[in-house]
Amino acid sequence: MIQLSGIQRDYRVGDEEVHALRGIDLKIEQGEYLSIMGPSGSGKSTLLNILGLLDRPNAGRYALDGRDVTGLSDDELARVRREKIGFVFQFFHLVPRLSAAQNIELPMVLAGIDPQQRRPRLETLLRDYGLTNRADHRPDQLSGGQCQRVAIARAMSMQPPVILADEPTGNLDRHTGQEVIALLEQLHAAGGTLVMVTHDQELGNRARRRLRMVDGELVSDERHAPG
Amino acid sequence: MRPADLFDFAWQVVNGNRARTLLILLAMGIGVAAVLVVTSLGEGARRYVLQQFSGLGANLLIVLPGRSETAGGTPGFLIGKTPRLLTLDDALALTRSRHVRRIAPLIVGAGDVHWGALTRATPVLGSTAEFIEVRQMDMGQGQFLPEGDPHHAQPVCVLGAKLKRELFGSQPAIGEWLRIGDRRFRVIGVLAPQGESLGFNTDEIIIVPLAAAQALFNSESLFRILVEAKSRSAVAPAKEDLLEILRARHEGERDVTVITQDAVLSTFDRILGALTLAVAGIAAISLSVAGILIMNVMLISVTQRRREIGLLKALGASGPQIRLLFFTEAAMLALAGGAAGLLVGKLGQLAVAQAFPNIPFSIPWWAMVAAPLTAIVTAVLFSVAPARQAAQLDPVLALSARK
Repeated sequence: MIQLSGIQRDYRVGDEEVHALRGIDLKIEQGEYLSIMGPSGSGKSTLLNILGLLDRPNAGRYALDGRDVTGLSDDELARVRREKIGFVFQFFHLVPRLSAAQNIELPMVLAGIDPQQRRPRLETLLRDYGLTNRADHRPDQLSGGQCQRVAIARAMSMQPPVILADEPTGNLDRHTGQEVIALLEQLHAAGGTLVMVTHDQELGNRARRRLRMVDGELVSDERHAPG
Repeated sequence: MRPADLFDFAWQVVNGNRARTLLILLAMGIGVAAVLVVTSLGEGARRYVLQQFSGLGANLLIVLPGRSETAGGTPGFLIGKTPRLLTLDDALALTRSRHVRRIAPLIVGAGDVHWGALTRATPVLGSTAEFIEVRQMDMGQGQFLPEGDPHHAQPVCVLGAKLKRELFGSQPAIGEWLRIGDRRFRVIGVLAPQGESLGFNTDEIIIVPLAAAQALFNSESLFRILVEAKSRSAVAPAKEDLLEILRARHEGERDVTVITQDAVLSTFDRILGALTLAVAGIAAISLSVAGILIMNVMLISVTQRRREIGLLKALGASGPQIRLLFFTEAAMLALAGGAAGLLVGKLGQLAVAQAFPNIPFSIPWWAMVAAPLTAIVTAVLFSVAPARQAAQLDPVLALSARK
């Protein structure tokens, strides 16, 4: 469903040209569980941003569900993001003035979904992620684990086929981190495509397919049997 | 995004930043209120002047001796050339014009009025029976000066309401004899309270027959001749007639000035109207300052909310949507500010009206519409730049801004 060919991404930092991605070729099927590992600055976050249509490649081709998305306008990209991709960030990125329920609802609000259709979906999400009695709390009244659960619920509110997670446990203690991973793996078990960027070896090794990046290039692509 | 949700979202922002919101409301409110109060002052002054003039009666013409110089040169009185005086016979001759309904010659001087042990220095008016109708005044008690030959000086007088109160208190004044200078007059009437007109308080005057005033002040010449035209449209031809008649009587010299109320009125109207507009324009500058404040606050808001904007984009908000969010927020602030300004301005105008009850302060309708409208339009215009900036934010950079 995801096909990258010859993707390049260059930045200019001062006078220096930085090659964040040097010709990435990658094919991801529906329902895969992928981890991307590598040292800092290896380009793994840039790759995730490109996959999530937040960033545009300088060269190469990106086809999502068979549709070339490299040439789309910003607004068309926004629409594709809304419908196909859910993000989970290291720093949660919740809107501080909105309650947990309003944060979860946000993508549906932006998509212009009728409040009557939003309500049952919101109830389900709150229940699934154990947030029902935290629905009216603002992010500063929630623990880190609860914040990340809100963020995952938000990513799932539009029921996207692809979940992109950037260091989802990076800001959590070990125990809470495991809970969050369990939630993400449940999404995968339910048929979703899960792509996770991490530099935690143990976490990365839970994925069936493990990519390693160094200096903007894919250096290994291992597939492992389930379990 | 649904309009209700858009509104909700903007409301969350506005409500979540109380201090910022209050600051904007204050700036906008003061701007709008300033325009309203200032225009109401101007409008009040205009109406006050118009009211004072229309107190004179609409079809009134005033003849005064001497010619007003409009073409430069030295006015006659400066080089010792006295203009010819207006006499009672001049005044009577004016009734020959078919456009004139009635005339009232006028002499004004100051005199001491004595009654018993009381003395009051007061303006003394000499005129004829027609005066009360030309000036559209009402009698309180008794009657006005009797009709008859204006050359004949009957020893009677009519008191202004205030003067009567000061001299006689609550006692009846009709029939009493009083003294002006060394002449005795019988009180035959008291004017109803009239209030002020053209800065001249008719409640304080005493009116005597014209010939009596001429004798009192030892002067033949008239101060003014008040002329009432038959109708509003007869004012202009009446003016021509007056000038013609007096020119014939003064050996071909045009040495009088005729003022019509319309001319005075429209001049004042123009001057004060222009003044109001000018002051309103100055006040409007404070409105655009309020608009710029909104722009600054919105720009700061964009910088502070980079992460949020990046997130919204990641969640699927398009550029136009982000722009609309910021627009809605600015419009909401502007509307509330405009409304607050209307309220404060109205209260201010009421307060001023309370302090100066004589002057009819009122906010002109165009200011009521234009002030809040200008505020809202500037606010929305000035929020274009911040909204654009927000919409163009690169989501990757915005999201990587940590806390």
